[in-house]
Amino acid sequence: MPSDLTTNTAVRGPSGPRTGWTPPQWVATTALLMPTYAWLTLAVLLPLLTMFCFSFLSATPMGKAPIVFTLKQYRAFIDQPYLLNIGWTSLVIGFWTTLLCAVFGFLAAVALSRATFGRMRETLLILILLPFWTNGLVRVFSWTMVLRENGFLDNLLHLVAPDAGSISFLYTRYAVVLGLVHGYLPYMILTCYIALITIDDAIIEAAVSLGARWWTVLFKILVPMAAPGLISGCVLIFVPVIGSFMEPRILGGKVGVTMGTVIEDQFTQAFNWPLGAALSFTLLAVVLAIFATFSGVLKRGAAA
Amino acid sequence: MTNVKVNSVAKTYGSVPVLRDITTEFPEGSFTSLLGPSGSGKTTLLRIVAGFIKPDEGIVMIGNSDVTEVPVWGRNIGMMFQSYALFPHMTVEQNVAFGLERRGIKGVEAKKQANQALEMVHLPDFGKRYPKQLSGGQQQRVALARAMVIKPSVLLLDEPLSALDRRLRQEMQVELLRIQRESGLTTIFVTHDQEEALTLSDKIAILDKGRIVQIGEPGEVYEKPLTRFAAEFLGDSNFLKGKVEGGAVRLADGTVVRASGALPADGADVTLAVRPEKMSVVSSLEEASNSIRARITTVIYAGQALSYLLVTPGGLQLKLFAQNKDGRVLSEGEVVTLAWSPEHTIAVAE
Repeated sequence: MPSDLTTNTAVRGPSGPRTGWTPPQWVATTALLMPTYAWLTLAVLLPLLTMFCFSFLSATPMGKAPIVFTLKQYRAFIDQPYLLNIGWTSLVIGFWTTLLCAVFGFLAAVALSRATFGRMRETLLILILLPFWTNGLVRVFSWTMVLRENGFLDNLLHLVAPDAGSISFLYTRYAVVLGLVHGYLPYMILTCYIALITIDDAIIEAAVSLGARWWTVLFKILVPMAAPGLISGCVLIFVPVIGSFMEPRILGGKVGVTMGTVIEDQFTQAFNWPLGAALSFTLLAVVLAIFATFSGVLKRGAAA
Repeated sequence: MTNVKVNSVAKTYGSVPVLRDITTEFPEGSFTSLLGPSGSGKTTLLRIVAGFIKPDEGIVMIGNSDVTEVPVWGRNIGMMFQSYALFPHMTVEQNVAFGLERRGIKGVEAKKQANQALEMVHLPDFGKRYPKQLSGGQQQRVALARAMVIKPSVLLLDEPLSALDRRLRQEMQVELLRIQRESGLTTIFVTHDQEEALTLSDKIAILDKGRIVQIGEPGEVYEKPLTRFAAEFLGDSNFLKGKVEGGAVRLADGTVVRASGALPADGADVTLAVRPEKMSVVSSLEEASNSIRARITTVIYAGQALSYLLVTPGGLQLKLFAQNKDGRVLSEGEVVTLAWSPEHTIAVAE
């Protein structure tokens, strides 16, 4: 029998890459996080801290008025009860905007993630992102063109029913919510879309093969499985919406007085920075309280 | 328990025909494998039976009803997927009970039936766990329980064992076969693994380019392949080309080979298929056998089995499989006489 020894690998000397000194894991982690944290400290934490200090002052530290430390700015809600109403308005607007974004955004994301025909998905994604590329102010003002009396909406209605009255709802809360939904919907679509595309088609097919109709697939499979995306979308929208001031001001007119506009007024019109800062931090506390209350529900949803 | 029939089913994607005029029956209680390379249309055929794809032409019957227009959720099918496709946000028990709830069976009764199904797949205490806490094999068992618990009319398996490792796959094959036999459920099984198809099936359908090239019992399809493709795809084959001459076949190098079955008329070109394990090395020529001399070019030692690659003086490449029985291993360069029975020499269509 011929010897197979020749095919055996000969004994080789030590080879392979040299192993030099490798820094411990935490060094790499720190090095990777440093730029971000340095930036956050500089750009977010420091200004925020300054504002926090301001909120305890009696007046903006730029005039000649004497400055003393005080807690009176935080009593604004007690001293001026109309602020409570405004705060409530902001929360209601925030709630409806987030809800509408969640419903429309999720459905759009489902459509997007299910669209497999040719380049349909890319096209739809671009159409959704397109508004992002135009200036926010322009987008909001363009809504006034649509919603005002004898605007685009009225003209459209009069094409169908020439004798109908005006259905203009500019300068109402509906207009504010409409504008906000328009502005923030892409966030929801994107977060939900990212969550939805990770769902294996076979899971949906399995559900259908077991007898599930579309609503069962939607509510028992897609919504719970994409809950993390839905929740992060809600957080991403709710927080800026209740502090928004541009949309309420332009589309809400007289009824568009929200916490956002009040705070903005303190900084730009009344020049009362301490009050503005105090209101901002109160708002932040309310938002955190709301998230804390629902965190149990959110966690359960996100665990899926 | 019901049979499944497809009649003149055709499907085209764009200008590419995926299935062409498929007519076949999956008898009641049978286990049929759809075997073919990727792109042969086997998965498309399964998905047409399931209802995920609507055929361009033809009808699908489950039992006595035409289900061609019935949506998937109305077909009462049990289905298993390669990726397990368990619902990750539900417990094992909730997964299994999902189909029951869709049928209006809820609460205690659903729980009871789900746990019975889990017992059937030997996972009785796993109900409260989540799929990600289970191994691949366990997940596939849950998927089987989930498909079976709804008492489907037909069980459709889309390469369910392909993601498992070899040992686990063999274990699941036994399990699958036991449960299928006990339930007597008509089963259609898509696979590209010929060994799996041979072990599991009552019937094998070999698909190529959107057509069923041969359908029959595993032994029949293996021993009597009708086409070169069938002979090559299921198992391995040596192909001998020649001309028919007086009831036998004369190869290009002059060797006369006798074959079983009908041959075309004298003078016609013909291809003969011989399984490599049907050939053996002999020391003396036997009158009844076909034989050819060849030189060994490569020896592949695989423990229990040996395979040799050989070449004849006429340049014909041959393969030979032998059991490692008597410890004798032939060496490269040796010239041997190969003999095989005419019974194992099958004329196949190109």
